[in-house]
Amino acid sequence: MSITYLDAIREAQARALAEDSRVYIYGQDVGAFGGAFKATKYLATQFPGRVLDAPISEDAMVGSAIGAAIEGMRPIIEMQYADFSTVGFNQIVNNAATLYWRTQTKCPIVIRLPSGGTPGSGPFHSQSMEALYATYPGLVVMTPATVEDAYSMLLEAVEIDDPVIFCEHKYLYYHLKADALPTEAMPTGKARIARAGRDATVVTYSAMVHEALAMAEELAREGTEIEVVDLRSIKPLDTDTVLASVARTGRLLAVGEAWPWGGVTAEVVARVACDGYNLLDTAPMRLNAKETPVPFHPNLWGTHRPTARTIAQAVRELLRR
Amino acid sequence: MMSGAAAPPGEPAMREQILTAYRWMLLGRISDEKYASLYLAGGKIYGGVFIGKGQEAVSVATAMALNKGDIYAPLIRDQAGRLAFGESLLDATRTYMGSRLGPMRGRDGNVHRGKPREGYMAMISHLGAMISVVSGALIARRAKGDTAAIGAVSLGEGGTSTGAFHEAMNQAAIEKLPLLVVVTNNQYAYSTPTSRQFACKNLADRAAGYGIEGHTIEYGNDLAACLEVIGGAAKRARDGHGPQLIVTSVLRLSGHGEHDTAEYVPESLKNSKTGADCMQVTEQAILARGLATAADLERWRAQAVLQVEEAVATARREPAPDPDADDWCALATPHLADGFNNGCQ
Repeated sequence: MSITYLDAIREAQARALAEDSRVYIYGQDVGAFGGAFKATKYLATQFPGRVLDAPISEDAMVGSAIGAAIEGMRPIIEMQYADFSTVGFNQIVNNAATLYWRTQTKCPIVIRLPSGGTPGSGPFHSQSMEALYATYPGLVVMTPATVEDAYSMLLEAVEIDDPVIFCEHKYLYYHLKADALPTEAMPTGKARIARAGRDATVVTYSAMVHEALAMAEELAREGTEIEVVDLRSIKPLDTDTVLASVARTGRLLAVGEAWPWGGVTAEVVARVACDGYNLLDTAPMRLNAKETPVPFHPNLWGTHRPTARTIAQAVRELLRR
Repeated sequence: MMSGAAAPPGEPAMREQILTAYRWMLLGRISDEKYASLYLAGGKIYGGVFIGKGQEAVSVATAMALNKGDIYAPLIRDQAGRLAFGESLLDATRTYMGSRLGPMRGRDGNVHRGKPREGYMAMISHLGAMISVVSGALIARRAKGDTAAIGAVSLGEGGTSTGAFHEAMNQAAIEKLPLLVVVTNNQYAYSTPTSRQFACKNLADRAAGYGIEGHTIEYGNDLAACLEVIGGAAKRARDGHGPQLIVTSVLRLSGHGEHDTAEYVPESLKNSKTGADCMQVTEQAILARGLATAADLERWRAQAVLQVEEAVATARREPAPDPDADDWCALATPHLADGFNNGCQ
């Protein structure tokens, strides 16, 4: 049996619906149609009345999830694309994220964001929004890179008593496969050493983990051993695991698919610079997407985001420094 | 907690309803004016003061249409409605005066207070945002088999210009929720007149566009009309007729906040029927209909003043928030708080 990253997301939702009557799914086309990416395929039939089509109203989708959560439900909101979550941004960052702190009322909602670029998707169906949400207190931001994490972290997200922004990467939906669903899971908040190495640390998350692993494979053939850290969640961000890796290698490259201004890579470099300056043998580096909207044509898109090839170039420079 | 205004009441019940409403209006007005005077005196109130002067009749009528267990999302001019819904005057006063014992514990202030788990939503500043929140609460109630509850959201005419308003009205209509949306057109959104806010003749006409029922109360300073129309709309909602949009016109008898002298409001509007103060209109009606005597009104006013003075005196003695005692944690699951936030675990 082969399980894709997308299957894992569907299966996690099926299990959450089956095990907890407080869970329901609300999003555009998620009902009988099964979702734009089929992440809710057959769920409306399997769980009548609990997988509901929403109007094209991201603000009201999130607002109603907050109200339902106040009343004890555990809604899962599917944004059709992460990009469209900007329409629901106000409800997410001002209402959901502040509710517990202001009123001690729990707000257990999961907002699934089909994130990141795929060839031909263009400026409005390709965005990586994680850093935008991570800057707001009161939110948990998950960025699973594996089939196992897509499954177990989504299940955990539903159980968390806070709003969770679940950034699932569209590029991994069909590409990534596992033999079976996981039976045990690492807890959210712990980063994973995706590949051990001694010469440099590459810290990344989501689809870029796989570009980094391909790079490490290539460099291994040249006798260079690169350690790849998969952050898994960017908020909380597991600084300890990053620092421990940098302590072993002395060199740091932070890689992200999002834009270069601020964001996760800047946060990682800032933390290592502040808390682990003496661990570094040389100045750390960052590699991000280019500072333009995400392009439509595959030729442009493939250059806009980091790839195994450009990550390898950056690592070679890091090793020369 | 008030009982609903279901069927048109008979004379004794109507008298009781009018007088109960009037006394909540009075407590709202007097407490609002107290907060305003403390604000203007300086140093006693934290943050701004936004009062409901002139809107007490519609505010109280909305709250009185609700029963215990219903859901209420008031806005900034609903001091009177909040009290009528069941909020304690002390909790309201605590929030203004920064008491640690208030419902927001100093973390949020003045009109942002609420107790969401008790059906009393805590507004955010972004207008229109609370409508879909109440809708979600009603969806949850329905899922749990509670079909008795209704919800009410208070809004001004300015709030109807937001995308959130449109999304939520449409969503509530699709879900056929038992929701009252009470729009009090108080002629100004901060300083912006209605001519720069909307171009339709009557905001209640928008109900047809959403496929829901709309109601107009011509003068929002007419308490009996507010009780009758909002009470009737609440009954429609309870009986399964879906969302109800209620629109009324009043004049805001204050600035946007107490910092605003509102010199932009013309005298002609202040002297119009819309501009009349609902307190005076209601008092005149009570006396003209013989529902109470001038001595009764005077006695109730004195009692309300005393209640407010007591609440202020109590809140003033209470401890302020202590930054060293706050856990500084925005999450209900503290183990997921990010490591840089040292206070979190």
